[in-house]
Amino acid sequence: MPRHALRLGGILQVALFITCYNDTLFPECGKSVVRVLERLGHTVEFPAGQTCCGQMHANTGYRDEALPLVARFVEQFAHAEAVVIPSSSCVTTIREQYPSMATELEERGGHAGLSRAVHDLLPRVFEFSEFLTKRLGLADVGAYYPHRVTYHASCHGLRALGLGDGPVDLLRAVGGIELVTLPNVERCCGFGGTFAVKNAAVSGAMLAEKVRDVQNTGAEICCACDNSCLMHIGGALHRQSTGIRTVHLAEILAAEEGDPV
Amino acid sequence: MLDPRTARPFPIVAAEAVRDTQMRGNVRHATEVIQNKRARVVAERGDWQALREAGKRLREHAIRNMDAYLLEFERNCTRAGGTVHWARDAAEAQAIVVKLASEAVGASAGTPTAGRPAPGEVIKIKSMTTEEIHLNGALEAAGIRPYETDLAELIIQLGQDQPSHIVVPALHKNRQQIREIFRREMQLPELGETPQELAEAARQFLREKFLRVETAISGANFLIAETGGVCVVESEGNGRMCLTLPKTLITIAGIDKVVARFRDLEVLVQTLPRSATGERMNPYNSIWTGVRPGDGPQNFHVVLLDNGRTDVLADEPARQTLHCIRCGACQNACPVYRETGGHAYGSVYAGPIGAILTPQLLGMQHAQSLPYASSLCGACYEVCPVKINIPEVLIHLRSRVVKEQAASISGRLHPEALAMRAAASVFRSERRFRAAQRAGRMAMKTMARDDGAGQPWIRSLPGYLGGWTSVRDLKAMPKQTFREWWEQRPHRTADGQDRNKPGVPDHPTGTTKQPPASVESA
Amino acid sequence: MNADARSVVLGRIRAALNDHPQADAAQLNAEWLALPRDYNQQGHLTEAERLDLLEDRLHDYGAEVTRVAGHEVAAAIAAVLAMRGNRPTLMPQGFPAEWTPENAALTMDDTFSTRELDRFQGVVTGATAAIAETGSLVLQDVAGQGRRAGTLIPDFHLCVVRAEDVVENVPQAFARLAATPTLPTTFVSGPSATADIEMTRIKGVHGPRFLHVLLVDG
Repeated sequence: MPRHALRLGGILQVALFITCYNDTLFPECGKSVVRVLERLGHTVEFPAGQTCCGQMHANTGYRDEALPLVARFVEQFAHAEAVVIPSSSCVTTIREQYPSMATELEERGGHAGLSRAVHDLLPRVFEFSEFLTKRLGLADVGAYYPHRVTYHASCHGLRALGLGDGPVDLLRAVGGIELVTLPNVERCCGFGGTFAVKNAAVSGAMLAEKVRDVQNTGAEICCACDNSCLMHIGGALHRQSTGIRTVHLAEILAAEEGDPV
Repeated sequence: MLDPRTARPFPIVAAEAVRDTQMRGNVRHATEVIQNKRARVVAERGDWQALREAGKRLREHAIRNMDAYLLEFERNCTRAGGTVHWARDAAEAQAIVVKLASEAVGASAGTPTAGRPAPGEVIKIKSMTTEEIHLNGALEAAGIRPYETDLAELIIQLGQDQPSHIVVPALHKNRQQIREIFRREMQLPELGETPQELAEAARQFLREKFLRVETAISGANFLIAETGGVCVVESEGNGRMCLTLPKTLITIAGIDKVVARFRDLEVLVQTLPRSATGERMNPYNSIWTGVRPGDGPQNFHVVLLDNGRTDVLADEPARQTLHCIRCGACQNACPVYRETGGHAYGSVYAGPIGAILTPQLLGMQHAQSLPYASSLCGACYEVCPVKINIPEVLIHLRSRVVKEQAASISGRLHPEALAMRAAASVFRSERRFRAAQRAGRMAMKTMARDDGAGQPWIRSLPGYLGGWTSVRDLKAMPKQTFREWWEQRPHRTADGQDRNKPGVPDHPTGTTKQPPASVESA
Repeated sequence: MNADARSVVLGRIRAALNDHPQADAAQLNAEWLALPRDYNQQGHLTEAERLDLLEDRLHDYGAEVTRVAGHEVAAAIAAVLAMRGNRPTLMPQGFPAEWTPENAALTMDDTFSTRELDRFQGVVTGATAAIAETGSLVLQDVAGQGRRAGTLIPDFHLCVVRAEDVVENVPQAFARLAATPTLPTTFVSGPSATADIEMTRIKGVHGPRFLHVLLVDG
């Protein structure tokens, strides 16, 4: 059911960068991204050599270990018309750190032209919701999801990517949804990658506040553009037997009328 | 004493701090009040982003030309009757101030004025720089009693406590706790607990000291190269008392406090109060230049302090740390500081700015856990009035910590370092990545238990990852990764035709452009 | 020791900045002039709106404001002092004669000691400028305003502000101060205050607790 009327810029050949953790732990997120994009009439490809953007290494201080992954990403995706990534934090790493990392790689030798290639590729790299709202100019993607849902704005999406109201606009257009605002939506959930392990006590305290806010909304579902935050929030919701589930935004947008609830 | 050289690692102290519910409640309340006030007065400025950009650029300009501007400041301050001293480190600054204060105190002790003589006493304005160099201890050791005159610093001093915030150093104490300190230390058994009564008690306690003590010590908010002037911003008037009434004034300023010209203040005195206390303007800004006959101290000294700042300057990606104007907005906005308060940072500079400043001031030898005391959420960068990209500096400093650790055998054999290097090797090869996914699934399967709803979850992880399962469960790996699913599904080409593409693709599917080779580097 | 410290610190700075060529005075000047200043520098209010805004902001701070005409200043000062019980009030050297009422409570500042200043309950001064947006008074050590201690120790400050000295915003105030940047200068924005105890704003800690502004309009 392509929604040609809503589409801008014709049929796009979209290269999906699933990210290492979505690939391994959250395949449903990737399937949903594919379902949404194909429903809108676009073609999805999955460059098979992709692994990881290097975020965990770069953000934990292992920059040298992250550097080869920059070259790898560029080799896998340089050809793409658009790269879609269902993870704000990975997109942030690519946008904010790849330029200087590429320069460093080039200076070390053996990667001639990498800076230029990163520079050329970056305008075609999108976070999933950003691709829908900013690249395609869409709000309604034909989804149906009859649940009470609250949206957690991950910090990278909110501040680094400036997703703004984009994800909420997408959710508002979903049929059957009851969207409730999460209080203190701009406050970090306390995930922070290796922070959650290295500073487990503080991360846990931040998480406790976030879980309280989520519970106070009365939502059945907490969604976000990042499964990393959701893994963290969902882990606590499960530990505390709250019955509240976490799902990636893509899974809500992929759902259609007639899907099993 | 908050000394980063002896402080325990942040995660350990922070874990204790989050159990102090009273302190957390006080910190939450204070930071929320300031944040709300800040948001209101920032929102009314349509030119806020232009002010931030101007502030960033003029600070950058001053810092990148610091030598020229410090020399210009020195020349102009000296011409106006001030005396400029230079200190390489904390010990040298302590020695200079103690010597100057001793001379001043000795002079006034010999010539009693209308009041009583004031042997061995100085009055002080709140100054994080003097806290940084532990000046009070050095003065006391030399027989000089320093009186803190800022209300919060007085609370800290009388309570034998440590500052936990740059702007509101006693925000971790509530009114009842402050009343107890004042009752005990000011001998006021009947003292009430309203903020008005407590502030009045401080006014009475300090008034006599302002009129009596003839030597004052201050910090500085800005040093103005163009004029040789100094600017101090404050709220209570204790600053004006110290800057105006004594015969001798000793100002200690980090070399990073310099700005190029008088006019640069038109930006910073707009952004600083709005960011610091959520006011359009703080009650008092004092600007003075050297010595003015008939107005203020006739004996004026400025001590320019390095104490590690030139090391910060030398590291280009982290140099922006020195742009800081000490507003504390990053502390109020930080979700980590909110839970831990300031003492967990083991330094007078707490919160996000402390997490980047403290380890750098100490040459990355100490406080190596501080660059990791952040979830990189970016709230600090968003509120910073001079646009210091704190997350970027944190990441840079983390890479310095890792490099430093890699220089030792024990560092290279640290479990985290080993795991990170193993993971990096996995990510460099699609084949190894797939193998790791399979191995992970098997490992998780042995740890997972059915949660009663048909889902396998892990309630306890071993070793380094145990921090994760201290408060959260982890959903076990699904039976199929995304790429396994992708490879099994019927594929659709650009013309809408379904086509089945089994097996492991070595290159992207369904594109007419040149496919990239699969990268396999060891 | 100190001369050595100076050369060591300066040497460290130069070494640290070796990625940035040392600029000469002309380059520094050009670089500084090129700094972006896209914030508001011009006002957009009429004079009446500007005075209203100042009055509003001063009220925010809990200050009293009275509008007077030029020829009414002396009488207004006398009235305010009488209202406060004609207690000893300080007046700086060079306070305009036409603003000075016949009032026994007023004493000209004359190098009084700190403790002598402490015997005055109030002080009356003029101001170099006032900033409407922030409700700030800008005081300098000039005739009619006097040394800083004079407006600090007495508990009550009566400040006479002429309409032509009221600017809309902070950059306009700095433009006015550009000719006298080395004079002791104090920005006063409301009475002294603290929020150090549970972020509760308390008026009046060490500086004057009471501020009354006579706004001279016409």
